[in-house]
Amino acid sequence: MQDPTKKLLAGTGKALDDRFGGAAGLKKQMKKLFPDHWSFMLGEIALYSFVVLLLTGVFLTFFFKPSMQEVVYHGSYANLDGLRMSEAYKSTIDLSFDVRGGLLMRQIHHWAALLFVAAIMVHMMRIFFTGAFRKPREVNWLIGITLFTLAMLEGFAGYTLPDDLLSGVGLRIFVSVVFEAIPIVGTYLLFFTFGGPFPDGLQGDFIPRLFIVHVLLVPGILLALIGAHMLIMWHQKHTVWASRKQTNRNTVGFPFFPHFIAKTTAFFMFVFGALALLATFAQINPIWMYGPYNPVDVTAGAQPDWYIGILEGGLRIMPGVESVFLGHTIPWNTLIPALIVPGLLFTFMALYPFFEKWATGDNSEHHVLNRPRNVPTRTGIGVAWLAAYMILLIAGGNDIIAKTFSLSFNTITWIFRFAIFLGPVIAFVVTKRICIGLQRKEEHLLHEGVETGVIKRLPTGGYEETTRTPSPELLGRLETNRPDVPEDMPALTDGRGVEARNGIVKRLRVSAQRWYTQDNVARGAHGDGHAEERGEVEPGAQRPELTGGRTSD
Amino acid sequence: MRSRSAAGTPPRPGSRPWRRRPFSRYALLLLALVAVGGFYAGVQSSPQADAAQGASKAQIDQGRELFQTSCASCHGINGQGTSTGPSLYGAGAAAVDFQVGTGRMPLSQPGAQAHSKAPRFTQAQIDAIAAYIQSLSGGPDIPRGVDQKYSDADLAAGGQLFRANCMQCHNFAGEGGALSNGKYAPALTTSTSTHMYEAMLTGPENMPVFSDQTLTPDEKLSIIKYVKTIKSDPNPGGHGLGRIGPVSEGLVAWLVGIGVCVVAAMWITAKKKQED
Ligand code: HEC
Ligand code: HEC
Ligand code: HEM
Repeated sequence: MQDPTKKLLAGTGKALDDRFGGAAGLKKQMKKLFPDHWSFMLGEIALYSFVVLLLTGVFLTFFFKPSMQEVVYHGSYANLDGLRMSEAYKSTIDLSFDVRGGLLMRQIHHWAALLFVAAIMVHMMRIFFTGAFRKPREVNWLIGITLFTLAMLEGFAGYTLPDDLLSGVGLRIFVSVVFEAIPIVGTYLLFFTFGGPFPDGLQGDFIPRLFIVHVLLVPGILLALIGAHMLIMWHQKHTVWASRKQTNRNTVGFPFFPHFIAKTTAFFMFVFGALALLATFAQINPIWMYGPYNPVDVTAGAQPDWYIGILEGGLRIMPGVESVFLGHTIPWNTLIPALIVPGLLFTFMALYPFFEKWATGDNSEHHVLNRPRNVPTRTGIGVAWLAAYMILLIAGGNDIIAKTFSLSFNTITWIFRFAIFLGPVIAFVVTKRICIGLQRKEEHLLHEGVETGVIKRLPTGGYEETTRTPSPELLGRLETNRPDVPEDMPALTDGRGVEARNGIVKRLRVSAQRWYTQDNVARGAHGDGHAEERGEVEPGAQRPELTGGRTSD
Repeated sequence: MRSRSAAGTPPRPGSRPWRRRPFSRYALLLLALVAVGGFYAGVQSSPQADAAQGASKAQIDQGRELFQTSCASCHGINGQGTSTGPSLYGAGAAAVDFQVGTGRMPLSQPGAQAHSKAPRFTQAQIDAIAAYIQSLSGGPDIPRGVDQKYSDADLAAGGQLFRANCMQCHNFAGEGGALSNGKYAPALTTSTSTHMYEAMLTGPENMPVFSDQTLTPDEKLSIIKYVKTIKSDPNPGGHGLGRIGPVSEGLVAWLVGIGVCVVAAMWITAKKKQED
């Protein structure tokens, strides 16, 4: 930097500091340490997709007309020439064919929407499987789940705006699910939101209202929550992977300025670049082929965007069940798959940190991450959840699967009906087994050393493979935090260290605690003997204890 | 061998820039006249009506022979039907031309549905069998000249009709879709215009019959024009991803979008590799 510039910058800096203060504080913030592992960048994919959504979304608002006014199309896309359509649909067609760069912007916006929600999900997985949600980060976990839900809502609202055939079909389902399926209240809710029954209510008020929801209301809430999310993260500092240097009382990494800011800026460019390339080379949501919304049209393969897929999948595999209660029909076939099941999935995820705390009795602060294999039960639960999610998601595309692989539609639907119950259970058991297997392998490594592949002849005439001690990095990873049961679990033991037996809740808690810890390979168990045994005991068999208490029953 | 499919390449839908030229008004007038003329011709004879006269005795005899060697085992010696194949009375020449011309018949293996494959017979042989079946008890005849007629049809109206009548089975871009019990509506991207017309007329398998009361000949032609046009239309937004809608988009978002970004994240945070 040249001298005058430097002087100018320094001068400005000083001037600002004189007036607003804070230089010292800022300096400290600039030195905030950021961990250097790719899994910490997943959240940033979501953040930067959101930025891209804001930028492209603002461009779209200049041209999109949120109106249900009927117009006749005479634009440059001949296949629709002379057709009647809503102004919303027409303006989106115009955006695609007559606004310079409009199609590119639409496509970036839509790809970014898909990436945004996908990134939120992988980010969430990283938080879950490493235990980063544990105290003191429960609030940020809850904010994250809220963001996930709002992102789905925001995406659905955007997807509906163009008033094309596909979005209309989606909206029709949404209306029947959310409003018509909820007994009694639903109809009133519908009236307040749409200003009338579907689709007449659509004529005037609905699209304009949805537009405000999509460009102002939800983005505003998202922005505020993302801000809170970042501030809390900054204040609490990052979690870190276990290493020798790492304890629960320090953080390791690179300072925010200049290292992290350089990396993260580069990463922003990357995400933006990837989205721009996708939008240039891959077509998305070709609404000109779907045609304007018409209540009687349907297309084969009418699917929502992927993040709504679990609702679609649930609806597709749910058998038709209805019951009448006090004169009101309760359509379980829509209520269960579209409200109850997703509600349970998301509520379960939201409450999981509190459940785990309750189950393990671990109430201390954690800043060092767990390796997923070291907490097999949690990892198993996470994979089971993902399995349920994936099965519902894939079931939403059952017709495409049937066509692509020449299978029977009906067979596939039945497979999914069973899979949704069996899949998560199998996923849990298999995952837990794998985790324990990995633990055992590491335990072996720790005690027998790393195999070098060098064979040594022994003086006795036999052969032996030489081993060496693991590198410090590996040791750092191996030796960490397999959570044993805390010695003092006050709720579980009475004053004399005897397990409290009274009360079903307490007994449940004892079982939950065992469920979390009993299968772990004991730390320091030597080689194959003891450790093997711990991993392999069948449920119900006599087990060696970890707790130091009594095995009940 | 497949003389008709060669002729079936769609004419370029060149209406866009062309309409703005000054001479276009005269051309339009001319077109209107042709259309009016065509309409009268159409009233008197819809495309399939003006064929039957062509069938000679010799052709019918050849057709009977072919039928008895290749089809009678399932459809009965006089086309009356057996337990392995339906009666062809009233099926008409159009059904034969469609079924044999798309290679569905003779059926090679029983299954949920006959698949289209390379046809076993030449067009002349197909015409002979068709004439024979037609001579038995009538039915919809082979529509003639569909290739020439459809290019004048109303494209946008065809799109509207396609969305209202065909899309629920054949997908918004005619890419096909699954139906229940292992059946499927095939992609329309390789169908010739005549076969398309015949399919509408005869309603093979699970497809409904679209009689001339349901869809007038002009409406059928406009649907054909629409299907041919979107088939040859480029995808303005880049690769079409199979034109099957959000499923392939979601897959790409995950595999390519998340994939590329995660690799980038790994690259950016990569340290010098250390030995374990
Ligand atoms: C192996 C048995 C078999 C043979 C051989 C066979 N068909 Fe068929 N055909 C069927 C069956 C089964 C159907 C009904 C199911 C379908 O349409 O796929 C059918 C349907 C048809 C139809 C449609 C009937 C309608 O009402 O639309 C026509 C036309 C037809 N066949 C013509 C022929 C001709 C011409 C041949 C000889 C070149 C032939 N088939 C050979 C079994 C056979
Ligand atoms: C109820 C679903 C359904 C509807 C609606 C439908 N089809 Fe079909 N279509 C089918 C099925 C099933 C087949 C396959 C028949 C077979 O294999 O024998 C088919 C076959 C076809 C074929 C033959 C494709 C080939 O292999 O060459 C054409 C062309 C066709 N349909 C056009 C149309 C058009 C045009 C419309 C709208 C006017 C339409 N279909 C409406 C189900 C449908
Ligand atoms: C989390 C944020 C957002 C998500 C997930 C999202 C998602 C979507 C989706 C899926 C569409 C359909 C696009 C298409 O037609 O292919 C859409 C359309 C639209 N979005 Fe957004 N969006 C977001 C934020 C915004 C913001 C902040 C704005 C404006 C300030 C905006 C403005 C628009 C407009 C005007 C349309 C309709 C135009 C069109 O469809 O081409 N969006 N959005």
